[in-house]
This record gives sequence, structure tokens and C-alpha cells, in this order.
Amino acid sequence: MASAAKKKTIRTIPQARTPMPERDAKQRARSFQEVACGYSVEHALREAERCLLCPEPLCVDGCPVGIDIPEFIRRIGAKDFRGAYDTIAATNLLPAICGRVCPQENQCEGVCTVGETLEPVAIGRLERWVGDRALAEGWSSAPYIEPNGFRIGIVGSGPAGMACAADMAKAGCEVTVYEAFHEPGGVLKYGIPDFRLPNSVIDAEIENLRKLGVKFECNTLVGRLFTLEQMLDEMGYHAVFVGTGAGYPSMMGIPGESLNGVLSANELLTRCNLMRARDFPRFDTPLPAGKRVAVIGSGNTAMDALRVSLRLGAEKVHCIYRRSRAESPARAEELHHAEEEGIEFHWLTNPLEILGDAEAGKAGKVRGMRCIRMALGAPDASGRPRPVPVAGSEFEFAADLVVYAIGTNANPIIGQTSKLGLDKRGYIAADDALATSMAGVFAGGDIVTGAATVIEAMGAGRKAARSMQAYLGLGGAAPGGEKLFGIDPSEHNFTRLRAA
Amino acid sequence: MPSTPAVYEIVAREDFSDATFLLEIRHPRMARAARPGQFVIVMEHPEGERIPLTLADFDPGRGTITLVIQAVGKTTREMQQNCRVGGALHALVGPMGMPSVIGGAKKVACVGGGLGVAPMFPQARACKQAGAYVVGIVGFRSRSLVFWEDKFRSACDELIVCTNDGSAGMKGFVTDGVRVALERHPDLGELIAIGPPVMMKACAEATRARKVKTMVSVNPIMVDGTGMCGGCRVKVGDKVKFACVDGPDFDGHQVDFDDLMARLARFAAQEKSALERWSASCRMSQPPAEEPLELPDPFEEVRGG
Repeated sequence: MASAAKKKTIRTIPQARTPMPERDAKQRARSFQEVACGYSVEHALREAERCLLCPEPLCVDGCPVGIDIPEFIRRIGAKDFRGAYDTIAATNLLPAICGRVCPQENQCEGVCTVGETLEPVAIGRLERWVGDRALAEGWSSAPYIEPNGFRIGIVGSGPAGMACAADMAKAGCEVTVYEAFHEPGGVLKYGIPDFRLPNSVIDAEIENLRKLGVKFECNTLVGRLFTLEQMLDEMGYHAVFVGTGAGYPSMMGIPGESLNGVLSANELLTRCNLMRARDFPRFDTPLPAGKRVAVIGSGNTAMDALRVSLRLGAEKVHCIYRRSRAESPARAEELHHAEEEGIEFHWLTNPLEILGDAEAGKAGKVRGMRCIRMALGAPDASGRPRPVPVAGSEFEFAADLVVYAIGTNANPIIGQTSKLGLDKRGYIAADDALATSMAGVFAGGDIVTGAATVIEAMGAGRKAARSMQAYLGLGGAAPGGEKLFGIDPSEHNFTRLRAA
Repeated sequence: MPSTPAVYEIVAREDFSDATFLLEIRHPRMARAARPGQFVIVMEHPEGERIPLTLADFDPGRGTITLVIQAVGKTTREMQQNCRVGGALHALVGPMGMPSVIGGAKKVACVGGGLGVAPMFPQARACKQAGAYVVGIVGFRSRSLVFWEDKFRSACDELIVCTNDGSAGMKGFVTDGVRVALERHPDLGELIAIGPPVMMKACAEATRARKVKTMVSVNPIMVDGTGMCGGCRVKVGDKVKFACVDGPDFDGHQVDFDDLMARLARFAAQEKSALERWSASCRMSQPPAEEPLELPDPFEEVRGG
């Protein structure tokens, strides 16, 4: 097939990137329907034409899970769509999700050879198109799985847990994923809004995991209902993966934070997305109503909170960020969409105080913020210019709802309830192979690294799965067969000993 | 180890008054894991909200947990109407929060008022099991609303029942009972208070001068109960704590109760409209239900604690 492909050069390929059909900015800003509508077959074939199929592709190295990008794009071009899906699914079981939420400009597309001269190939859009097609056609990559008798427990059903579960199930393990919420999906469900990642897509990807034999147990708070130690000692798990996320939202510690009009982006998004408060009173969970909403921070969570606020009916939605647009950690597409939808950005601005309303009957309500202008100074430890306050530039800013999206800290529950070693900041300490201080327990995602991206969490889940397989001796002898030192390796105390 | 049930079956229900009712729910694993002071989050139906409720009892032998609920808002009234023996809850997660630290003092007063009466029972039982002399103080509006008196007597060495009208026990609020206990027991080592914030605040004030260690169980608004949303943040001394993972028990002399009460009113308008809309829809579908003459204290809102 490869020989049939004509030799492409940067001059012969379509020069312009195929635009993504999107809902009109004005109309979509009040709707939770998905903004980016997705490529058609014609779009996908045209964009696939733009890939040079580099023999030494940089994009694969740019992908945290190492998808064989030229191969899947080549198969799209050859109209072997199922083959394209199988190529992606070999390393990424969740293409419909990753195609939507990965920061491709910093990953595969950031290093694309075409991107040196023209706009890079729209790898993310093509991945999403393949993922959506797979969901529509009911394709799943459920291979024949030879059960190996090992039982794996996974704590947290977010992206890290889902990726680890998929790989362990494919390796033949019996996998159970525990989730504290009443629905699986983690941050994909409670955090990322429907207009960016529809719940139906997440549910379909979870259904694919079920087809691999993965069991999901919701309403289960591991650490409190049972501990990691109990999972290994009483419940018969041979290895456990912890992917509980960062969670615990940061506050700034400025006056006025306990006012009733102040909340975390996590709370706003969870109420709106998972609990469906946007459909109050049909759903019972209430939402704080804001006419002038100010969101502090400029990461992806901030973009979600800004755009959700707009859709909930706010008249004005403001983004307050202490650095400039260039330093904004948000995915380029989200920032662009937020600007299109009419979010007002206040770069180089930092809040000093949240002002309450002293008027009778309004106690506890927010009337605004006192802010200060910032200027960029010398680079700090993160390599970004350090924002420094401009003396005498304080000003007041009217707002009735203030949303914090300035990052998160480690969720403390696993640390409180196990002997697992933590680092100074409370995150789980893990080595390069994502093994923790407890034999048989692996950890990955935000609970190890601090807040990062969905695909990085998935990458960590897959890496932990590889380490787990090595720890369990998979790829070699199956338990019940060969005995090592005369001990059946299915005895988990022995397998734990082996890693110790 | 018992498994997590696929359905959260209601195995018993008891109505203590026209507003207060008990649900016993099968969950063998939780019955085994639960400790005094912990709470659960419940969803009655898929469109419902998640509400935190402090555990009123747990029995590993029976494999059940017990909740005592006051029907004051839309969700809790709906539960009062819909939860029947043989039925099930949509979601039940727990136990959540740090267990109470039991066993520090030789003589302990356990105070329960309003919604906090029932959750005081596991604390009193645990204190007694730890060898403490336990003074129980529980408050009700009147004699007809008194429940679990035998249960409390079994867990306490001394029980002070307070009623607003004096129809049972002593006349007065639980804080009056606290004053009596403090006079009777100058050697009181610790006081544990569970109930509406105004009550816990009054208890903390009563013990402050005598420097009696006072632990309270706060009941702020929550969504997830796992430290993720930050809605339940409370001011404790000069720190901000999340009740769901750092609490729900805190030093009563350090908690900013005024802040707690203000934050409990965050969704007052939405809660009122939801209740009115629901009550109206109930009236349309059935003969008018008799409204309780005296509405419970708004701070007895069923949010756990």
C-alpha cells in the first residue's frame, strides 16, 4: 500500500490547514452543545493529504503515549478507517477524548515537519474524527484476552485510571476501577464541560473499557470504605494503581474569600457538569447566579469556568490573570474560543481583596474586587517572567461572583488513610517507574505530578501499567504455571516481596 | 471482606415525628468501616442533589448503616415521601471525613440538638467503650418528639433530656443542660457538640471560660465530599479548612460560627424556590398534606453535621 502512495512534498500537499467546522460564536455562547462540530469524511481525507508521512516522524515523540501518527493518517488517506482506528487504539484507547482535549500545539503538532513551513497537520482533529467514527460504528479494540488470574484494583476513574485499566485488562488481568462519585469518568465528567467534551463521548469510551472486561464500582471512597492495605491483604488485589487526581482547590488567602459569592472552579464546574445544575430546577443541585462573573486564573480550568459562566447567563464574564496572554497556560484553541465568545481578558492584573456588600440584606454577597496592575519582571523558577505589582496602580472592579481557577493541591485522603510515602507538598512519592513506597502500589497522574493535562495523566496510567506488568512478571510466565523458588506467584505476598 | 452492594436497599424506616425519620440501609462494607463522627453523601434519585448526612449508627453484625433525617428542604421532604422499606437510594457513598478522636478524656459530655441528636449516639457509645464517664445531653422541642431515649441511656452514664416546653426532662435548650452538666461535673474533660451552628456556638461559649476541650461537628454545604470542590471551607482559627477531608470535627473554640452560618445560606433563594415548586406540585397531585404548625429552625437544615 505504501508503495502506491505518490511521493508528497511540502509543495504538493494542500497548503492551508482544513478548518474545523464550528458553531457560531454568538449562538454557541449560550448553549452547552459542542463548539467544534468535527470533520466530515472529505475534511479528513483532505487533511490527511497534508501529512508528509515522514520516515522519522517527530510527532510520535511529541505524543505522550507515542501514537503511530503517520501510520494512522496514512490509513485515513487510504480510506482504511478501521485500520486507522486500530493503529491509534494500539496505544490510545480514548481517541475521541484525546483528540478533543490534548494541547496538541505543545505536543504532536508542535513538532510537525509541515509546521516548519506551513500550518502543522491537524493531528488532533484527525484523531478525534477517527475516534468519533469508531464510536458511531461501534468499533472497539477488544482483542482476544487470555485471563492470567491477576486482580488489579484502580483508585479513581479519571484519565489516568482509565488508561491503566485498559492496558491491564488487555494484558489479561481482572480489573476493578473504584470511583467516589456516582458516575465514572473523573475530571472528564465533573470538570470538562459538554461543549468541549460531550458526556456521551465519555460514556461511550467507558463502555469500551467495560467491553474489555473492566468493572467500575462507583460510590466507593477508597481510603475510607477500605484502605490500600486492605485491597492488597484482604481483597485479593495483586497490584493497585492510585490515580486520585490533584483536586483540593487552592485559594489565594486574600480578604473576602469566604464571602458567599466566591467559589472554586471545581465547584462551579461540578455543579454544572456532573450534577446538571444548569438544568435546575429539573435537576435539584443549585448554582450560584452571577451577572458579572470574574474568574481568577488563565489555565484550561479557568477557560472552562469562563465559558460555562457565559452559558449560564452571565452578562459579563471577566478573566483576571497576573501574567500576560503569552504566559497563559490554557490550550490555544480554548483561549481563542473564549475570546471569540466575548470573554473580557484582564491581563497583568492581580486581585488583592474581594469586596463584600455591606448593604442590609446583602450580607455575604460580593460587590467587586480590589485589584492591582502587574508588570513582567525577570524569569522565576518556572522559567516564565515573574509578575511584579505596579506601585500605586490599585483599582476597584465590579463583580458579583468570583471563581478561583488558580490551581489545585494534592487530595489528602490516600495520605490520611495509608502509609504511602508522600512528597513535601503532599503528592504521592513515586519513582521513575511510578512505583510508590508500598510494594504493589503504583500511582500516576495529578496525584503524583500536581495538576497537568488529561493526556499526561493517560500517559502516566499507561506507564504505571507497564511497571505493574513487569512487577507481576507478565509477558513471561502466567501464574499457576511456573513456580519461582517453589512458591506459586499468584500468592500476592510473594509478588509483593519480589518487587521489594 | 463484604462487597459493596449494587443497590442501597432501605431495610427499615421509623418516623419519629412529622419531620424526623430514620432510614436503615444495607451496606455491609460501610457498616464495618464506619467510625463515630463520619458522614455519608446520599442521592435519592438520579436528578437529585448530593446531601451530606452524619451517620447516626452502624452495625457490622446487621451489615447496615442508619441515618436520621429531618425533612426541611425539597430533597429531604422528597426522601420522606419516597423512601420506603424495600426501596433503594440512587447513591450512597461513605464513610467520609476524619473519624472523631475518642478516648482522650475520663469524663465527657456528649451534646446533641436538632439534627445532631442522632449522630451523637455513636460518639457517646464510643466514649463509653473507651472507658469514659459519659454525660449525654439531648434536646427536643417537646415530649412527643423524643426518640432513642433507651439507646442514649445505654450509652451514657447520665442523661439530661431538655425540652423547650418542659414536657419531658428539664425545660430549656441543650445549652441549659450543658450549664447543669458543667456545674455537676467540675472535672469534665471534654465536650462534644453536634447540632445547628447556633447551638454548637453556644456550647463552645459555655465551655470557653473553663477551658474545657470542645469538639464540634460542622455541617457546611458540600458537593463531592472528597476535598475536590472546596464548598465546605470553614474558618478554624486563622486557617481555612475543608470540612469534608480535614473535618468534620473541629475545635469549637476556634471555629468561626458566624462565617459558617452565613455560608449555609449560600443557596437560600434557590432552596426556597425549589421547596415551593415541589410543595405546589405535591398539592396538585394529592389531597393537601397537613403542614407542621411549627417549622424547624432553618439552621437545622439537613446538610449533615
